[in-house]
Amino acid sequence: MIAPLLEVTGLSKGFPGVKALDSVDLKVQTGEIHALMGENGAGKSTLIKVLTGVFPRDAGETWLDGQIIAPKSPREAEALGISTVYQEVNLIPHLSVAENICLGRQPTWLGAIRWGAITKRARAALARLELSIDVNRQLSAYSIAIQQMVAIARALDISAKLLILDEPTSSLDKTEVEELFKKLRKLREDGLGIIFITHFLEQVYEISDLITVLRNGSRVGCFASKELPRIKLVSHMIGKAVQQVEALEQKRASTATIRSDSPILEARALGRKGSIQPLDLDIRPGEVVGLAGLLGSGRTETAKLLFGVDRPDQGTLLIKNRAVRFNSPRAAIRCRMALTPEDRKVAGIIPNLTVRENIVLALQASRGSWRRLSVVEQEKLADRFIQSLDIKTPTREQIVRNLSGGNQQKVLLARWLATEPKLFILDEPTRGIDVGAKAEIEKLIQSLRQDGLAVLFISSELEEIVRQSQRVVVLRDRQKIGELTEGEISEESIMQSIATHNLERPAA
Amino acid sequence: MIDWFSDLLFWIIFGAILLLLRRQKIFWTVGALALLLLFNQFFTPGFFHVQLLDGHFYGSRIDVLNQGAKVMLLSLGMVLVIATGGVDLSVGAVMAIAAAVSSRLLVTEHQPAGVAIAIALIFSVLAGAWNGLLVAGFGIQPIVATLVLMVAGRGVAQLITEGQIINFLDPTMVYLGNGHLFALPFTLTLVLLMLIIALFFARRTALGLFIESVGDNDEASRYSGINAKQVKFLVYTFSGLCAGLAGLVACSNIKSADANNIGLYLELDAILAVVVGGTSLQGGRFYLVGAVVGGLFIQTLTTTLYARNVSSDISPVPKALVIIAVCLFQSELFRARLAYVLRPLGRVLKPLSSRLPHSLLTATRHDSPKP
Repeated sequence: MIAPLLEVTGLSKGFPGVKALDSVDLKVQTGEIHALMGENGAGKSTLIKVLTGVFPRDAGETWLDGQIIAPKSPREAEALGISTVYQEVNLIPHLSVAENICLGRQPTWLGAIRWGAITKRARAALARLELSIDVNRQLSAYSIAIQQMVAIARALDISAKLLILDEPTSSLDKTEVEELFKKLRKLREDGLGIIFITHFLEQVYEISDLITVLRNGSRVGCFASKELPRIKLVSHMIGKAVQQVEALEQKRASTATIRSDSPILEARALGRKGSIQPLDLDIRPGEVVGLAGLLGSGRTETAKLLFGVDRPDQGTLLIKNRAVRFNSPRAAIRCRMALTPEDRKVAGIIPNLTVRENIVLALQASRGSWRRLSVVEQEKLADRFIQSLDIKTPTREQIVRNLSGGNQQKVLLARWLATEPKLFILDEPTRGIDVGAKAEIEKLIQSLRQDGLAVLFISSELEEIVRQSQRVVVLRDRQKIGELTEGEISEESIMQSIATHNLERPAA
Repeated sequence: MIDWFSDLLFWIIFGAILLLLRRQKIFWTVGALALLLLFNQFFTPGFFHVQLLDGHFYGSRIDVLNQGAKVMLLSLGMVLVIATGGVDLSVGAVMAIAAAVSSRLLVTEHQPAGVAIAIALIFSVLAGAWNGLLVAGFGIQPIVATLVLMVAGRGVAQLITEGQIINFLDPTMVYLGNGHLFALPFTLTLVLLMLIIALFFARRTALGLFIESVGDNDEASRYSGINAKQVKFLVYTFSGLCAGLAGLVACSNIKSADANNIGLYLELDAILAVVVGGTSLQGGRFYLVGAVVGGLFIQTLTTTLYARNVSSDISPVPKALVIIAVCLFQSELFRARLAYVLRPLGRVLKPLSSRLPHSLLTATRHDSPKP
């Protein structure tokens, strides 16, 4: 048994009122991909941040290659050989690929930057990932997936021994993930230790050798991926018995439909140039319509068009049989529509306002400035949703930025539920949130449907769409390519629909 | 003897106010003001002297209130603009326009003071609305949009006065910046009135929530159905109105309208007052009372430096240092770090840091832990 590359023993870290990490152990060997799993707030991010010197530790030791280390900053950790790639790509879009890779450690000669050397070094770093792209082009010219690779190349440019990837796949589509995994396997063969954090269970099984599960800041255990059934992993993560998890996972949308026949929303050849090709769509009260498709297939664009964020340049939109033209979300909200956007941070939360203010915002906006909700009414409303959606926050006056992703999403749902919408568009409501919160949100969607709401449900996870929807609209390359009705919906049929269309394309 | 007693009374009241505010953000602004006054109490002879003449109070502290009115008025408008994530650089020039319009109507056109004041205010509101149109309507960056009027506004004022300095003696106009009401300068009443109006709109209607929301996350506010353009337009227009009032006070102070010099560089004082008052230049949360106290602080500082015979050429330097210190002390992070560094000094600083989360000692702001 060789000495491990990284060994962490008894690592503890407390924040006021919270024990974020409680005596955690972790062992990573060279040539190993080690997944770190846990719900939001389980302590994964804190562990990484302590490892890389963002936070100081309260107790515990870290050994790297047999040396005891205690980095005080991410820079120092990098110098020791621990490189981290964060969830959001932390690169500068307006600089070239080469500049991004070498930024902060440019080779210089008498203080002048040696551009030739930069280009060469960048190419070498990318070659390690078997990626050949023009390193002198601006980074923003490339897709998110390539940018992600560049971030990894940047991390590898420093002679890294340990690579930490914090949710690298959350903005990649299936083929891109495949590509990334291929590269990771190659790095593993090169003898790198890799710590991999993700919320996608299938990916964990596909790529990782070992899984360490954290819950509430403590280590539940370290398991070999091959010997840990999926259901057990989930039960370890959320701390519930296997049977309970099974019940959660297998609950499919009840077939009892209370759907009415006249659609609440009808789109006829609605489209916008450069955004989405004209499409037909209707949604009835009491039904969940799934919008499936690969990343970039036009799902979010469709949602934006329906909600008045973007203006359509062709086709018509009917709400309750009346033609409408929305020129802003305000107009859509007046027709009792609601939308939780895909990008929570950009278009969703108001980060520095409190939970209460975030919850009342949309309702107050629809009432206008004069009919202000009194503080008592606001507090009542906030308390009601904090309780009914089980939003985990110390008080309703907590700043939303400080909540975890799942709870931020619940705050957004509460903001819209407070307006009592008739049609709810949910764009990736479960992205980046943990299994427990995911199940709660799915349950909520079904109860909304039973209350007679119409729901348009957008998700990258096909199984989720299959579980939730009574009808599925499939998009590809910014156009609608098919519609599946009750009985026909399965992951296979959706994938087939996307793939078949692909075959027909050359002929078209 | 009387002075000694009134000073004591003043400090008891001030101390009580500080104690009441100890958990508020504004504590640091009021505290800075208290320190500055305390300095004057001991080192600037006569600063605290107040006398009653003809039923009006006179003295340095009263002068500060009167002189500070301009910056306080400007900061009321400025704080709302800054809260939406913008800035209004044109307020100094709008002051000049208001002064030019009112004095021209008064002197050259022989209009009654009421008409002159009303039309001057209409002009200022229009100037603010112009800024609002550029920012909200055309989406021009606030700093550029208001720079237009900052530069061109003085030209407009010159056109109105035809390049002359207009002097006037109309009693109503003179009263505006020099008169007394309830034994105190009338300008104080004016500031309080505007503060109450601003507080009403910001806190009794939902406008304050919308302003903070738009300033914190413009895009998400739009998604939530807030009319961000309307909100922005309103705050720039209000800032114009405040600048107009400040301009009227300024020309009344000197009984003449000098288009070149009225309100010169005052936009910078107003921005400083807002920042000293606890509002971040990035927008979002805003503090109306803080901004007004901030304006008062800036004026106290200026007056202190004059009283201590610091020449006006070099007075910006100590002023800058004091302002940097105040801004640093408003930052929880700075206070926590300072307390951490000064740990050996022990218990004296403990009350400062004990209320703060421990994480601030070590983590940067955006890394704050999730509950």
